[in-house]
Amino acid sequence: MIINHPILGPRDSQEFVYLGDAALIDRPDGLAEGALDTFHDYLYLRDNPAGLHRELWYHEQGDRSWLVVTRNTLTHEITQVELARDVARARGRSK
Amino acid sequence: MFGTGRYSGWRVVKEALTGHKGWGPAWRDPEPQASYDYIIIGGGGHGLATAYYLAKEFRQARIAVLEKGYLGGGNVGRNTTIIRSNYLLDGNEPFYEFSLKLWEGLEQDFNFNAMVSQRGIINLIHTDAQRDAFTRRGNAMILNGADAELLDREQVRAMYPFLNFNNARFPIKGALMQRRGGTVRHDAVAWGYARGADSRGVDLIQNCEVTGIRTEQGRVTGVDTTRGFIGAKKVGVAVAGNSSRVMAHVGMRLPMESHVLQAFVSEGLKPLIDGVMTYGAGHFYVSQSDKGGLVFGGDIDGYNTYAQRGNMPVVEDVAEGGMSLIPMIGRARLLRSWGGIMDMSMDGSPIIDKTDIEGLYFNGGWCYGGFKATPASGWCFAHLLATDRPHETATAYRFDRFRKGLMIDEKGQGAQPNLH
Repeated sequence: MIINHPILGPRDSQEFVYLGDAALIDRPDGLAEGALDTFHDYLYLRDNPAGLHRELWYHEQGDRSWLVVTRNTLTHEITQVELARDVARARGRSK
Repeated sequence: MFGTGRYSGWRVVKEALTGHKGWGPAWRDPEPQASYDYIIIGGGGHGLATAYYLAKEFRQARIAVLEKGYLGGGNVGRNTTIIRSNYLLDGNEPFYEFSLKLWEGLEQDFNFNAMVSQRGIINLIHTDAQRDAFTRRGNAMILNGADAELLDREQVRAMYPFLNFNNARFPIKGALMQRRGGTVRHDAVAWGYARGADSRGVDLIQNCEVTGIRTEQGRVTGVDTTRGFIGAKKVGVAVAGNSSRVMAHVGMRLPMESHVLQAFVSEGLKPLIDGVMTYGAGHFYVSQSDKGGLVFGGDIDGYNTYAQRGNMPVVEDVAEGGMSLIPMIGRARLLRSWGGIMDMSMDGSPIIDKTDIEGLYFNGGWCYGGFKATPASGWCFAHLLATDRPHETATAYRFDRFRKGLMIDEKGQGAQPNLH
């Protein structure tokens, strides 16, 4: 698979390390009411869809950036690559 | 005893003398009935074994197995055929030993030649720390009634003189051996269970994909399929890599991701490897089929996928592992490679449990170790379906073990499915 890095251009997926579903960006608040349940779901449960999947890849052998890659799990086709930084900011994760 | 007659040596002679007119199809191709007591979703090894033991051991009737493609067309026909019970943890080892004992009597039990071959499996040791770990594992195996033996370097050399004993980076220092481990003809396992189940009245319904699971007031009432609605009192799901997709019909999210594992076979070679071996420095395992091909594999590709094919980096990685262990296999040509979808769980261990919906049961999360588990998985799932209690060797395989901190993590990797 070739991942079209937003800054570096097309790179072989071998340069990357895969983490998992991009929903991992939305880490719950550990001090909120019912945090035990929300952390169980956050840590252990996955949507695991067949089709489009937004997922986190780390460019370990490159610029050490985290990417959010939108990839079809039925065909391996990659349709969108974003910097995870931008995605996280857009979701209000950066304070 | 069986609808198609019992298979035996005498039968072969008799059929040979009578023009082979007595052989019929090994199982029927029935139309689905309006309702059943038990529906098993998934006509693979685990689903067929479940139906077989439900009918045979637990004396249940009105059972159907629904398969979206053809019987045994998934992972039971795609694995590297290894059976073993060399696990460390208490939650696992009794279960896998139970499975190995079932393998030992399987062919007589279901009257089908599954070519169970207890040719022995060795896990190679390359460091002193690894020897300590394998010694501990061997002791855990023995404590649970399995067999285990620690081999030194010379014993390994006597068995496999062609291994790379001059590897300075990963010297071979010995091996953990389980002589009762081995290989089984994987398709025959599905066929044997299918034939055994069918002859006991189980309806095996192929080309029947489940498109929905109906519930009423927290109770399962049946399944919608591509061949219409089929009612059921109890529904058991055993669909391996598609677990998340099927359980999504009832809005359940599972503690698992689907990943692809590739396997490979070389061109046919003369007898070379008479057992099964795993490389302790890389991830590489190999055996030789009766046709002569070296059957081998390595790591999963490592990203979520439902495509039954992998990518080149892992092909290269597996080939490197093989070359590093057995330099001469560089001269053998690769004949085929293929991929199967693994339901990789969050701790690397399976789940055989009830769900919050009454009458809906789940069996999955086998990661890439499901084949060896087939008989015990079927038996334990049938036990749960029939009695509503877990079998004594499967009490740890619960959904709530993550919430309670009772994970069964053989590799100690944490909640990262692609590392198990």
